[in-house]
Amino acid sequence: MSYALPEDFYYTKDHEWAQVDENIVTIGVTEFAQEQLGEVVYVELPEEGQKVNQGESFGVVESVKAASDLYAPVSGTVIEVNTALMEDPGSLNDDPMNDGWLIRIEMDSEKELANLVRAPEYRKMITEKKA
Amino acid sequence: MAENLKSTVLRSTHEALGARMVEFAGWFMPVQYEGLKEEHAAVRADVGLFDVSHMGEIRVRGPKSLETLQWLTTNDVSKLKAGDAQYSLFPNEQGGLVDDLFVYCMKPGEDYLLCVNASNSDKDFAHMLKHNRGADITNESERWGQIAIQGPKAIELTSRVLSPEVAAMVRSTHKTFKFEGADVIVARTGYTGEDGVEVFVPTEKTVSLWNTLLEKGRDLGVKPIGLGARDTLRTEAKYSLYGHEIDDSSNAYEAGLGWVVKPAAKDFLSKAKIVAVKEAGLKRKLVGIQLQERGIPREGYVLTSFDNEEIGRITSGTMSPTSGASIGIAYVATRFAELGTEFNVDIRGRKARAKVVPTPFVKIGLSKG
Repeated sequence: MSYALPEDFYYTKDHEWAQVDENIVTIGVTEFAQEQLGEVVYVELPEEGQKVNQGESFGVVESVKAASDLYAPVSGTVIEVNTALMEDPGSLNDDPMNDGWLIRIEMDSEKELANLVRAPEYRKMITEKKA
Repeated sequence: MAENLKSTVLRSTHEALGARMVEFAGWFMPVQYEGLKEEHAAVRADVGLFDVSHMGEIRVRGPKSLETLQWLTTNDVSKLKAGDAQYSLFPNEQGGLVDDLFVYCMKPGEDYLLCVNASNSDKDFAHMLKHNRGADITNESERWGQIAIQGPKAIELTSRVLSPEVAAMVRSTHKTFKFEGADVIVARTGYTGEDGVEVFVPTEKTVSLWNTLLEKGRDLGVKPIGLGARDTLRTEAKYSLYGHEIDDSSNAYEAGLGWVVKPAAKDFLSKAKIVAVKEAGLKRKLVGIQLQERGIPREGYVLTSFDNEEIGRITSGTMSPTSGASIGIAYVATRFAELGTEFNVDIRGRKARAKVVPTPFVKIGLSKG
């Protein structure tokens, strides 16, 4: 099984992705994560204006089976929330890298990006996990 | 993957069917195949196959078998005729529960087959030996595979594959049939709330029986079902799962299992302690709850009254795949256990309103009326 992992995205060991456009960062979970979660039935996200901190939980995604925390790849302030996910949590399974995005934040400091991994390293991580 | 995980003989069959495999109770088991919701729906509407070969089978034989089982279990084993199946409990020395189980009477007073939880199998066997009253007790778990066939079309499928006589069996009985020359024990029991059977099949015939059931049930819409849907199906039916609703500190009456405790009929291990809890008035009860707002109750979440007093705890919770409602099983202080009573569930710091609702949570095949 191969996963679409855009080369210009950043990734966390907790299977979030971060797409950086200057100081605006879009955050979601990876294809690998959605597969592990199973069918998502409920998503709890922060509100606009709320602060998120790198490595800390900013929300929860729940499958029928279990609740899993979502961890912020970088610190910042939430500027947009994918409210469509509340109505249709299944789109997180269908298209986690695009329509299934979670939140958009204004990043505090791009220095934090150094704590994230890029596609080749992330791919290696999940390959080892699957083996 | 941990080296010491046990596998059932169906492991490679599951993998070939595309199952996602996980560790469960020391076993490497399929959690889902095509998807939990599809599998859950297949059992409610048609028929599903479950590999439950990890369950433990313990044989109790000999002239002291009945006396031993009467002492070890809470239900009245003397009531059983050959071919009867009985749900029961193993109490521990403190009045809690070692396990829940099924007792299959092969020959009254002489031969019984017990089916116990996979996670407790070794513990149960040791416990039985410790309190044995002279029976011949053997752990037959290695010998048996087990396949559960559950859903409105389960009896039709089993009849096709094993014998038309399966259709005439009544609930909570068992009967032995031949499959490829081997004896298989078919019990009209299950853990889904739907009609169906659980089949004890010798290990060497398990793969063949599984494949035959899938093949012959194709037109009935049969699907293999993983542990994920097994859990949501039993939760909708409000069946207890050891380690969640019941454990070594549970009282049978509080757990709503008083119907399998027969203190008037016989003596059994910890009888006085178990009955004393009931006679003192139950402090808590196991109830079904439904959230009245967004969120999903999960095991361990705390229930609080509107005065912010802690009144209970969730033991199992999920989004019901059948109804879409957020449902949970919970122990709650007796004064909050009435149908319709409302309180809050603490969901990660947020208070969500919940209500005590009738169970089973959804209309299931075995619903009364």
